[in-house]
Amino acid sequence: MAADVVGGILLAGITLYAVLGGADFGGGLWDLLAGTTARGRAPRALIDESITPVWEANHVWLVFDLVIFWTAFPHAFAAVMTTLALPLWLALAGIVLRGAGFAFRKEITRPSLQRAAGATFAFSSLLTPFFMGTVIGAIATGAVPAVASHARLAAWTSPTALLAGFLFVATCGYLAAVYLTGEAGRRGDRRLQAYFTYRAQAAAIVAGALSLATLAELRNANPALYARLTGRALPLVITAGVCGLAVVVLLAAGRRGPGWPSLTRVIAALGVAAVVWGWGVAQYPVLLPGTPVTLANAGAPPATMVAIIAIFIAAVLLVGPSFALLFSLQSRRLLGAGEQGALTAATPAGRPRRPSPNGHPGPTARSATLGMIAIAVIRRLRHH
Amino acid sequence: MVTRVDGMRLLAAGVGGDVVPARAQMATTLGFHIILACLGIALPTVVLLAEFIGLRRHDETAFRLAQRWSQGMAVLIAVGAVTGTVLSFEMGLLWPGLMRRYGAVLGFPFGVEGLFFFLEAIFAGIYLWGWRRLPGWTHWWSGVPIAVSGILGAMSVIAVNSWMNQPGGFTQRGGRIVSINPWQVYFNRAAIYEMPHMILAAYMVTGFLVAGVYAAGILRGRQDRYHYTGFALGFVPAAVLTPFQIFVGDTAARAIAHGQPVKFASMEYVPRTSRHVPEWLGGAYVNGHIYGGVKIPYLDSLLAGFGPGTKVIGWEIVPAAYRPPVVWLIHLCFDVMVTLAFLLLLAGLWALYEWWRRRRLPPQRPFWWAGAVSGVAAVVAMECGWVVTEVGRQPWVVYQLQTTAAAATTNGGVITSLSIIIGVYAVLGTATILILRMMARRWRRTDAVEAAVPYGPNPAPQDLTEGEVGR
Repeated sequence: MAADVVGGILLAGITLYAVLGGADFGGGLWDLLAGTTARGRAPRALIDESITPVWEANHVWLVFDLVIFWTAFPHAFAAVMTTLALPLWLALAGIVLRGAGFAFRKEITRPSLQRAAGATFAFSSLLTPFFMGTVIGAIATGAVPAVASHARLAAWTSPTALLAGFLFVATCGYLAAVYLTGEAGRRGDRRLQAYFTYRAQAAAIVAGALSLATLAELRNANPALYARLTGRALPLVITAGVCGLAVVVLLAAGRRGPGWPSLTRVIAALGVAAVVWGWGVAQYPVLLPGTPVTLANAGAPPATMVAIIAIFIAAVLLVGPSFALLFSLQSRRLLGAGEQGALTAATPAGRPRRPSPNGHPGPTARSATLGMIAIAVIRRLRHH
Repeated sequence: MVTRVDGMRLLAAGVGGDVVPARAQMATTLGFHIILACLGIALPTVVLLAEFIGLRRHDETAFRLAQRWSQGMAVLIAVGAVTGTVLSFEMGLLWPGLMRRYGAVLGFPFGVEGLFFFLEAIFAGIYLWGWRRLPGWTHWWSGVPIAVSGILGAMSVIAVNSWMNQPGGFTQRGGRIVSINPWQVYFNRAAIYEMPHMILAAYMVTGFLVAGVYAAGILRGRQDRYHYTGFALGFVPAAVLTPFQIFVGDTAARAIAHGQPVKFASMEYVPRTSRHVPEWLGGAYVNGHIYGGVKIPYLDSLLAGFGPGTKVIGWEIVPAAYRPPVVWLIHLCFDVMVTLAFLLLLAGLWALYEWWRRRRLPPQRPFWWAGAVSGVAAVVAMECGWVVTEVGRQPWVVYQLQTTAAAATTNGGVITSLSIIIGVYAVLGTATILILRMMARRWRRTDAVEAAVPYGPNPAPQDLTEGEVGR
């Protein structure tokens, strides 16, 4: 029972990493495809400003998931880390280069170096989702043994695993484009809104096609999982498909007007969450398909499970409202993207708000911000 | 506690396989990350101190320093976040044996750390990017959770390391963990001294590094209020904490003599258990001889138990296979750490004396030279401390329960990942330092422009966003 709850917590953590962290990697994809310096200036500036204050916090979900995985299911964790060492090292390389490249680009002023840092950020943003996808693909196809002593190349180079890798890249790009469409709309930048609408729709089609291809490939690779995906997990699979279609329609409808950016964003995230949970439900209670390892028999002792549940509750109470505050401040454009980089100098959007003309916040500005924080917290709490 | 099985496994694995490269890689990545971790733990406090003074006293210099430091902090936190992630991955990629067997135990403090890592990253996002958009004191308060969760997160990570030194709080049956007591895991017997030791070290490293930057500027003739304020904001907290650190370190050494006697024997060159043990200052222990050290009679016994007759356990109580591999490295690192701590203490006392007699900082150039290198000295001392605690625990990864060899990955190719990591980290480290220097040069240019036209027209719009007009 406790192991099932912790399995759910782990899946929730993976969902949040996919929906939040994935979009940041997707931003790198669009940065890579934004074209020459002059043409790509506006979309790159929007991407930079949207990712800057949040990517580190979103990234922590990965660390959190790793910790829960090794604490709750240490044997399975060791097997995965050993069998899939190579793609995990490569995903890690992507994380290091993406973060460093992104942070450095802002502070470098010489164009050639800035371009190099930007290229590092953009290219490495593809590495992490791709190799994470192959890892999940390898687990889903049952390529990870219960006890592993050596890495296996074949485990993650199967067609299913590689398709999953491409699917992850496309999904990250899809989420990023949907979020960026909303961001451009909120700034009233119709040109960028159309730019990202087009890309979001294209990515939705590519991601949809890759999902179907992965599903078809899974039929040969892991028939049992396929049967459950089209069996008891079918409602979730259908939800994912409906969400994808709804996003494409909403984007088309919102093309010429403000649209419904928040709704579109939520539905896009829901669609991705439905895929993650579809996988989880289809696989339950097995942890490593193709082996007898289940949530219940791979689990740590009950006290550890209780401790993880306690940590998760603490996370919901502490981290949840903090995230709500971060996102609400960001959506009110109270968080900048640094003042030095040439990127922000090229931002087409309006100038940042200033607290008050003399710089010392008046009582009105101060109480307004405090009130806003309080409202965000209360709203978040009522949500739970 | 020492099982025969572990001994056999240790002998079978020997020093071959991938244990040595895996240890080298862990040492490289941890040694690199720990500097950024120190800055991540303590720099927010220093920045908040500067901003507090800036807001409270309407001190534009302090305010400007806070704003600029937080720009540097943004780069350092980003590099720290990714190099920290490398360590999380390495726990599984390099040490699957450790995680398989003890993941259920040492995962708990890591989980707590995850919570504080979240809070740190979220509020860093608000604080670092909320400058001039959030009202003054609201902005200041948004930085407080970063400082607090930095300390609590550090406690959690140190809980894991101290647990590896003094494992407890769990029962295992047949090689499987059957129950744990999270409280005892987190607050294990070594946590009580390791936690304050590392947190104080983080504050000293950060404070002296900040001071060093401005001391170097002062030595180059930039003797203005900006540089003196920057120096003092780093130097004063670090120098004040130094005596406390020496006290905590001394207490820790005595606790190690009690809890991990073989590590203590290696730190102090004590081969045989005896009383009236001398203290060796320096010296290289090779094949049973100590070359070139200074021997002070009875001092080690005095330090370990406040009396010359105190019995100190030698490393001969365990077979050679259970002793740390390079005793001289452990001893010399310990000596370097202690020496540097006392030199840093002296620099603080010098400043205190001048302030007490003449209400000023020492004008002598040697003081500023000391200030300029104090940051590097603090970093070296901290790295030496980690060498002592980590190499001193060998051949164990979990003291007396699991050997490092048994924990290491059975995958080949660690040499490859080690080589790549060394290359990537060399670039990463160089780029970080160059970028910080570039930022400093840019600020100096801004200041020069402002100083040149004190009563001139308003700066151009671009300078408006760069400077701190209005604050």
